[in-house]
Amino acid sequence: MTAAVFFGCAFIAFGPALALYIFTISTEPLRIIFLIVGAFFWLVSLLFSSLIWFMTTTFIDNKDEPREKYLLIFGVLISVLIQEMFRFAYYKLLKKASEGLKTINPYEDAPSMRLLAYVSGLGFGIMSGIFSFVNTLSDSLGPGTVGIHGDPPQFFLNSAFMTLVITLLHVFWGIVFFDGCAKKKRYTLLVVVLSHLLVSALTFISPHYGLNLVLVYIIMVLTGVWAFFVSGGSCRSLKLCLLCQDKDFLLFNQRAR
Amino acid sequence: MLTFMASDSEEEVCDERTSLMSAESPTPRSCHDGRQGLEDGESAAQWRSQESEEDHEDEDPDRYVCSGVPGRPPGLEEELTLKYGAKHVIMLFVPVTLCMIVVVATIKSVRFYTEKNGQLIYTPFSEDTPSVGQRLLNSVLNTLIMISVIVTMTIFLVVLYKYRCYKFIHGWLIMSSLMLLFLFTYIYLGEVLKTYNVAMDYPTLFLTVWNFGAVGMVCIHWKGPLVLQQAYLIMISALMALVFIKYLPEWSAWVILGAISVYDLVAVLCPKGPLRMLVETAQERNEPIFPALIYSSAMVWTVGMAKLDPSSQGALQLPYDPEMEDSYDSFGEPSYPDVFEPPLPGYPGEELEEEEERGVKLGLGDFIFYSVLVGKAAATGSGDWNTTLACFVAILIGLCLTLLLLAVFKKALPALPISITFGLIFYFSTDNLVRPFMDTLASHQLYI
Repeated sequence: MTAAVFFGCAFIAFGPALALYIFTISTEPLRIIFLIVGAFFWLVSLLFSSLIWFMTTTFIDNKDEPREKYLLIFGVLISVLIQEMFRFAYYKLLKKASEGLKTINPYEDAPSMRLLAYVSGLGFGIMSGIFSFVNTLSDSLGPGTVGIHGDPPQFFLNSAFMTLVITLLHVFWGIVFFDGCAKKKRYTLLVVVLSHLLVSALTFISPHYGLNLVLVYIIMVLTGVWAFFVSGGSCRSLKLCLLCQDKDFLLFNQRAR
Repeated sequence: MLTFMASDSEEEVCDERTSLMSAESPTPRSCHDGRQGLEDGESAAQWRSQESEEDHEDEDPDRYVCSGVPGRPPGLEEELTLKYGAKHVIMLFVPVTLCMIVVVATIKSVRFYTEKNGQLIYTPFSEDTPSVGQRLLNSVLNTLIMISVIVTMTIFLVVLYKYRCYKFIHGWLIMSSLMLLFLFTYIYLGEVLKTYNVAMDYPTLFLTVWNFGAVGMVCIHWKGPLVLQQAYLIMISALMALVFIKYLPEWSAWVILGAISVYDLVAVLCPKGPLRMLVETAQERNEPIFPALIYSSAMVWTVGMAKLDPSSQGALQLPYDPEMEDSYDSFGEPSYPDVFEPPLPGYPGEELEEEEERGVKLGLGDFIFYSVLVGKAAATGSGDWNTTLACFVAILIGLCLTLLLLAVFKKALPALPISITFGLIFYFSTDNLVRPFMDTLASHQLYI
């Protein structure tokens, strides 16, 4: 496979996350730290879920193909649940940390919980994306032909788009989840967990890329809109932003009224 | 050793392995200028510096100095600690990440560093034995030999330092860095050119290596732009780590990493530990920071100086951290004298703002062992990137926690144990548990 495939898929999968990192996170050291701690939490959750999967596969005899697939599906579902548990644990940690920061440092603005929700979601998303895709990417630099045995030839493209959507979904889930925790809305948490399970379950129908990707992207857009409204956006503020009339816009003060 | 330094002496003498310190750069000068400042009755900053020096001298030598200037009210100090905390963590993340990137990129592309080509004389037992028990025994023996060599050299250097054999140490240091900057760079460049099949004639090679090495010697031992010094230090740490990765046999490397962290912990925290004794000796003599073999992220002072700082000239004759000497001279290798000292902070006549900039220092040994861990993770195993990335994140988190502890305890702390422990845990668990899981998922294109 060619360098074009490598770079193309790399930028499809990681481009938006990189842009988000460069424009929003890299400027503030505290945000970088929270991002890396979020990535670490995701990693630990993966470790626990791999441990459970590994133990089930060693203890249960899986000589036959279907059983292996079922064990894998079980592993995936357990992994999703553990990831959400760790997201909750991270929320608790951040809440304690920001209370601590506020008491020690009352003059400075500690990052708000909404910002931390975004940062933690991005941390989870980046780590999840990297772990899912980087081995596939490095294989794409080597020799070979995709789909030579009759498998779909768009393996890499599909994986890249799927990685992208998972990353963005983690960001949105993070925002919605933290908001649900803060306002004690249990149903929000439940919806996040269920939508994560749904997205993972949709990947089980794997070779049918069209259906798979389209559905997951629809879920991503819906979750994104929900996260937008949860974090305080509104149609009006969106319009102002798009027409460059919002206060953050550079030339706001220079506009003729 | 992780320490908050308002005073220069202690951590600088620490083992290259150990030091992670927060150093207030003006302090070394303050030792000399502070007194004059008080007499002149000049700026408040000087007065504070002087006070810090006095406080420091009054302090029990075991209590390493706290962050910032003791003259301030405690609340302000804590606030400053936190205010600078996150920035300093990032100032250390960047060089550690860069060093690891260089090492991993080299390991993945240049075959030479993953080929088995003999072993160092400090690890004489071979690991090519058929039985697992024998192999384990050999690696433990290798580790014991290596660690005892390091301890012996450390003690030798403490003795040298105590008896003020500065010239000996200084000359040794220069020779070591000469070898590292010229010989190892030449070998590295040769291997990289071979890998990419690029032909280079000897005159060009000579010119390149000469320039690189000469500028490196000047930057490290004398004066140079801070960024260039930092870059050279990162490069020589990476070169050193590559040598370790190549010549340490597999299992021995892991056991050595574990043993080094334990040694670091003991040497820095125990009252009779060699590093602690070094620090105390340096404090008693009130000698300015010994900057060699330490990476510093100190901010550059931009205020104009009214006069030259006498202590800066003293800095060149400073005895180097013997600790750093020991592990390297055993390989005949260069220690990396790191004279990063930022251009002298101005004192008299300087209108300093309230908060002085504080730099953070990390010993080069820490860089080296972090890179060895990540490089080994990249070299062994099945070319799995997940393991490498997991170790990388684990080390960064360990560094973060260590810095947090530094901010809380405000004394010398070892930088290796937490990071290496996390790194080892994540290496073994990712390689054995996560890798099969992720590979199976990826081949079925399932996403979690």
